[in-house]
Amino acid sequence: MSAPARSIANLRSVTGIPTARLVTWWVIASEMFIFGGLLASYVMHRLAHPEWAIAASNTNTKAGAFNTFVLLTSSLFAVLAHKAADAEDGKGAAKYLRLTALGGFLFLIVKGFEWTHEIREGFVLASGGFWSFYYTVAGLHALHVLAGAIIMLIFAVDAAKNVNLPRVQCIGLYWHFVDIIWIFLFPLLYIAK
Amino acid sequence: MTTPATGAHAQAGSHGHEPGHHEVSFFHKYLWSTDHKMIAMQYLFTGTALALIGGYLAYVFRMQLAFPGHDVPGYGLVTPNRYNSLVTMHGSIMIFWVAMPVLVAAFGNFLIPLMIGCDDMVFPRINRLSYQVFLVSAIILLASFFVHGGAFGGAWTSYPPLSAKGVYNLTPIGASLWLVAVALEFVAFLLGGINFIVTTMNGRAPGMRMWDIPVVVWMIVIASVLFMASVGPLIAGAVMLFFDQRLGTAFFDPGRGGDPLLWQHLFWFFGHPEVYVVLLPALGMVAEIMAVFARKKLFGYRTILYTTWATGILSFVVWAHHQFIAGIDPRMANVFTITTLLISVPITEMIFVYIATLYGGSIQFTTPMLWALSFVAEFLIGGVTGIFLGASGADIYFHDTYFVVAHFHYTFFPSAIIGMFAGLTFWYPKMFGRMLNETLGKIHFWGTIIAFNVIFIPLFITGAAGDQRRIYNYALFSEQERPGLQHLRELSTIGVIVLLAFQVFFLFNFFWSLRHGERASENPWLSNTLEWTVPSPPPHGNFAELPTVYRGPYEYATPGRKEDYWPQNAPITPIEEGAL
Repeated sequence: MSAPARSIANLRSVTGIPTARLVTWWVIASEMFIFGGLLASYVMHRLAHPEWAIAASNTNTKAGAFNTFVLLTSSLFAVLAHKAADAEDGKGAAKYLRLTALGGFLFLIVKGFEWTHEIREGFVLASGGFWSFYYTVAGLHALHVLAGAIIMLIFAVDAAKNVNLPRVQCIGLYWHFVDIIWIFLFPLLYIAK
Repeated sequence: MTTPATGAHAQAGSHGHEPGHHEVSFFHKYLWSTDHKMIAMQYLFTGTALALIGGYLAYVFRMQLAFPGHDVPGYGLVTPNRYNSLVTMHGSIMIFWVAMPVLVAAFGNFLIPLMIGCDDMVFPRINRLSYQVFLVSAIILLASFFVHGGAFGGAWTSYPPLSAKGVYNLTPIGASLWLVAVALEFVAFLLGGINFIVTTMNGRAPGMRMWDIPVVVWMIVIASVLFMASVGPLIAGAVMLFFDQRLGTAFFDPGRGGDPLLWQHLFWFFGHPEVYVVLLPALGMVAEIMAVFARKKLFGYRTILYTTWATGILSFVVWAHHQFIAGIDPRMANVFTITTLLISVPITEMIFVYIATLYGGSIQFTTPMLWALSFVAEFLIGGVTGIFLGASGADIYFHDTYFVVAHFHYTFFPSAIIGMFAGLTFWYPKMFGRMLNETLGKIHFWGTIIAFNVIFIPLFITGAAGDQRRIYNYALFSEQERPGLQHLRELSTIGVIVLLAFQVFFLFNFFWSLRHGERASENPWLSNTLEWTVPSPPPHGNFAELPTVYRGPYEYATPGRKEDYWPQNAPITPIEEGAL
């Protein structure tokens, strides 16, 4: 089915903020509450269970630190993509979007090795309170990374043709949000012993 | 309802037919439409169909309570396990699949674009997706009645460990399907709600300032914000509980480092704002109706909005009043008692504002006005009885009794059912282009309101006497039996039957008027807001010429004007300028 034409409402901008960017902020806000609920639950439990530190010592802090570096670098590419899109340079925007997505995939690969190692050692989802949170929170975050990377690749196809360039900024906002979530997860899940 | 004859929608609809052929298939017109009015109808009809199912469930378990052990006509024998499923599903359906879709989604979809003067939502296809996800969630929920063990029987609040382990709730498959359905339903309303918020922020007609937005639109948008901010933790909670059920995680298992209280916090952090998510659209519709039928400017438009925001913010810090006997720290209980009693202040203020709107007005007792007035009266009873439950000392005694049941039905019934009927009878001419029959409407109104009070006033008494809720047969528990109260339990059941019987008047009125009702003009109630400036029903795209707004929505009985109403989009003529 062909796409319906845009509604007139979609073309209006009473607040002065483009509708696409406004809705991205609202989506980010709603995601904040989802992660916020999970992380608040985790922190409350963690404070009540000092023995979780023993379980947490089995996480691979070095791999986590490397992944933090990868995600932060990919966020830099997201900013460069936005800059290129602002300058109407679709080709450049597409290139940086693909680099950002590459960072996302690298993150997931490292995560895959990490989890394989931990599962082989016998730490699975059902191994107790800490591991339940560890896999659920990081897993939900990884799903967001995967979704963001795929959307970037789709947007890059359009951007290379100089079409739909304002979208580049929206996906960039989302990517920074996913990045910031990781900035919370890394110390909470890996470093706090 | 709409026949898209022009524009891109017809193109989309005729895809696959020969060129120039503009007939759209049933599928495209009724299930795949992106038109906000059609999506509103989808939500409305799905929601009301589920309301009938929820009402039927209430009939079955009330019959069991009045005449325990007898076959219920139209159902059969109610076993203890079935009883648990019935009450659980009644609660879940009525709140998540009736109140939410009808009040927020159906009226939100229908009213927002029309009232703010644009052609559709900002994201019509996201809107369509929202309904489709909702429909899937409703189908999953209904399907759970037919799985092994039956539908979920762990109460609509779904407290672990009861909800987490099949050996406790005896409905392991139903419990997981319930969680999936609830989570999908949340996603559907997140998609819809964000669309409402952004449409109202960005899609308003030129000239419509913040304070020119009709109260009902404000209320639906504020409700969407509250929903968005409260549901996130519960979405996370639903995933955690699902993992506990299916993958053996330990989030709510105290034996392995989890905490069952965590679920109660996540659930009620959502659950209490949810009360206001459902209440606010109804309050908004009541405000519109009262201003129109009192023929008077709404008293304190800004006060209403300030109090709404105050209520919304306070609603996030009262949730633990549901947990006073769950083992929370008594000092915390004091804090939550104070916040709970505080929240009655803005709501009371709002009720006073409504009464002030009525004062000195030329009141017309039409059916929608009767519903609006009864909303205030009945909700007041719900609010006043809430004081008893908000005070932790009294709540320890009242907790989990029928007093609580009666109390929250006095808050939810006015919001969900009275609000729905108020809105439906008021906007029916705009939705379907015909007028409803007033006589049938009034018979239905009085039958419903009287029956409603017959159901729940006895339950205040049985609850205060100590009747626990979620008991399948009082005769089986010597400390619960209280034979002297059995006639009150029977009276309440008779109320349910009468209430359901009177809905026949509404259904007949609704479908008969669709074909035989008097044709509605553009503006049958002589109202100011923008939806009354377009034909009834509005065509695809709503406005032939997009309106410009010159004034607020409640300029009734302006001195110096010939008509007693003043549409928002009517420019000031030089003669009027002189007269004013």
